[in-house]
Amino acid sequence: MHGSHGDLDLSIENVAKIEGHTNLDIVVRGGQVMDVKLKISENKRFYTQAIRGKPFASMPQLVSRICGTCSIAHLTCCIEAVENALHFDPSPQTTLLRRLALAGLMIRDHALHLYFFSLPDVLGIDSVLELADSNPALVKTAFEVKAAGNALSTLVSGRAIHGTIQMVGGFANVPTREQSAAVLAKLKAVRPAVLDLIKVYAEWPETFLSESNYVALVTQNYDFLEGEIMDSRGVCVPEKHFWNHLNRVIIPYSNATGFQFEGQPYKVGALARMNLNRGKLHRDTRASASDSLKLFPSKNVFHNNLAQAIEVLHCLDSAVEILESTDFRKEPVPRLAPRAGEGIGVIEAPRGILYYLLELDKAGNVVWGNLVIPSAQNQINMERDIGDFLPKLLGQPKEEIAYALEKLIRAYDPCMSCATHFLKVNWL
Amino acid sequence: MAAPKKLRVGIFSFTGDEGCVITLLEALNYKFFEWKDKIDIVYARTLRSKNDASNLDLAFVEGAISAPAEEAKLREIRANSKVVVAIGTCAINGLPSAQRNNFPDGLKKEIQPLVQKLGQFERMKAPTEVVKVDEQVPGCPMLETGFVQVVEKYIAQMEVG
Repeated sequence: MHGSHGDLDLSIENVAKIEGHTNLDIVVRGGQVMDVKLKISENKRFYTQAIRGKPFASMPQLVSRICGTCSIAHLTCCIEAVENALHFDPSPQTTLLRRLALAGLMIRDHALHLYFFSLPDVLGIDSVLELADSNPALVKTAFEVKAAGNALSTLVSGRAIHGTIQMVGGFANVPTREQSAAVLAKLKAVRPAVLDLIKVYAEWPETFLSESNYVALVTQNYDFLEGEIMDSRGVCVPEKHFWNHLNRVIIPYSNATGFQFEGQPYKVGALARMNLNRGKLHRDTRASASDSLKLFPSKNVFHNNLAQAIEVLHCLDSAVEILESTDFRKEPVPRLAPRAGEGIGVIEAPRGILYYLLELDKAGNVVWGNLVIPSAQNQINMERDIGDFLPKLLGQPKEEIAYALEKLIRAYDPCMSCATHFLKVNWL
Repeated sequence: MAAPKKLRVGIFSFTGDEGCVITLLEALNYKFFEWKDKIDIVYARTLRSKNDASNLDLAFVEGAISAPAEEAKLREIRANSKVVVAIGTCAINGLPSAQRNNFPDGLKKEIQPLVQKLGQFERMKAPTEVVKVDEQVPGCPMLETGFVQVVEKYIAQMEVG
């Protein structure tokens, strides 16, 4: 700490254990927080421009590359937007396969965050890999849960990252009984470990209460795919009108655009979904996680982790039910006729609402697109939460303040590849 | 008795979607315990806060090079590493992250103010254009099997040598 007591200049560069690159600059004078700047420092890759002029059929594989970790979310949302523009409704089996694809993504992506990014914060260590000799069972479990999600994604989408068989119109291939059985065994095997994980995050005392407006796509069976957008105050917006309720906010020091919903900062992601939609979780999940579910609705930012852990269980239970009850049959993927028009896709990605608007010309090429990314939506709210959390930390050594702020940021599970990619804290 | 030798491994992400590092973490799902006494992941910002990029045996590099700071970092990695491995097509030929290099003129003009404001290179580069790369693992994301082969090749060399 420089200067007199109550002054703090802190700059955290390139926050670790998140997706991508971000810096944080903080200025405190006389015990007052003067400035908090969350600077997303990811370099731009200009996907919004790159999609223009491209044929609709090539879009899913192109936008998949926006994000390595949640590529299946981009694939699925983009496909929904294209199909919407072409007035095409997917078959019930295709919808079921998309639910499975998103379940596999959630399990793998949340497991990476919960075991590898956030669990070190719970245990007070730097990396889970440090436990290879002292607690090999935990490390083994961490990899096994992640691998179960990977196996589900591979079964349905061809591979976990940039899946190859999910297309506009349907799936190029479907799981066989034998393939499904092998994945089912893996999903069932990790269920007890996921119950332990829920307990760990339910018992983690870390607390920061934030007065946030939570916004999520509220779906019938918590399937991340179809529903209406709702907020904590009861505002309800159809998917197609979401953009009309957003303000796009240019943040001069960040490489990502921020957003407001109904003129206010808001929070999307697992905590928002759990606060607004937990009644629709799988019945087995509601039964097994009943104690933890009593903690919701929650204003505790750190409960985003708990919400993710409960979602892992929900995705396991939902996937097991679908795989056990469905004989998938190969359906030809239709060749959709191009037509001019706009299409909208809205889904829940692991980190929150993902929105695609695509305009196609009569040849079926993209005229332009508008993409709203979860971590960009959370940017303003996260910056405000950091500013509100900071006064509670003042007086502690600088390293501990930085560590506490990093923990808060990690609880948000930001993805800067997506938002443009994430964190350096610069104490100025 | 001296501790058994381990390969010092670093994992570095430049401009891209980090899909190759996610793929690398997927390979660890089944390789971690087999490798844990043979490799030491000393630099990986996705896995740890305390990182050490000195004296690396194996440096894995993903993503394309957008800006002077990235180029300087890559040269530093090269100078501190015995073997540099380009993982994924962005690191090998720049694409898809360097797609703006191939934009038509109109689009290039449109993004120009932002490219300048952000201090990015006029033309993005592949790491292979900037430094000597010893191994390449192709694919988008990189082929998991190709990555495993490279690690095991250098583990074997270490054990013989």
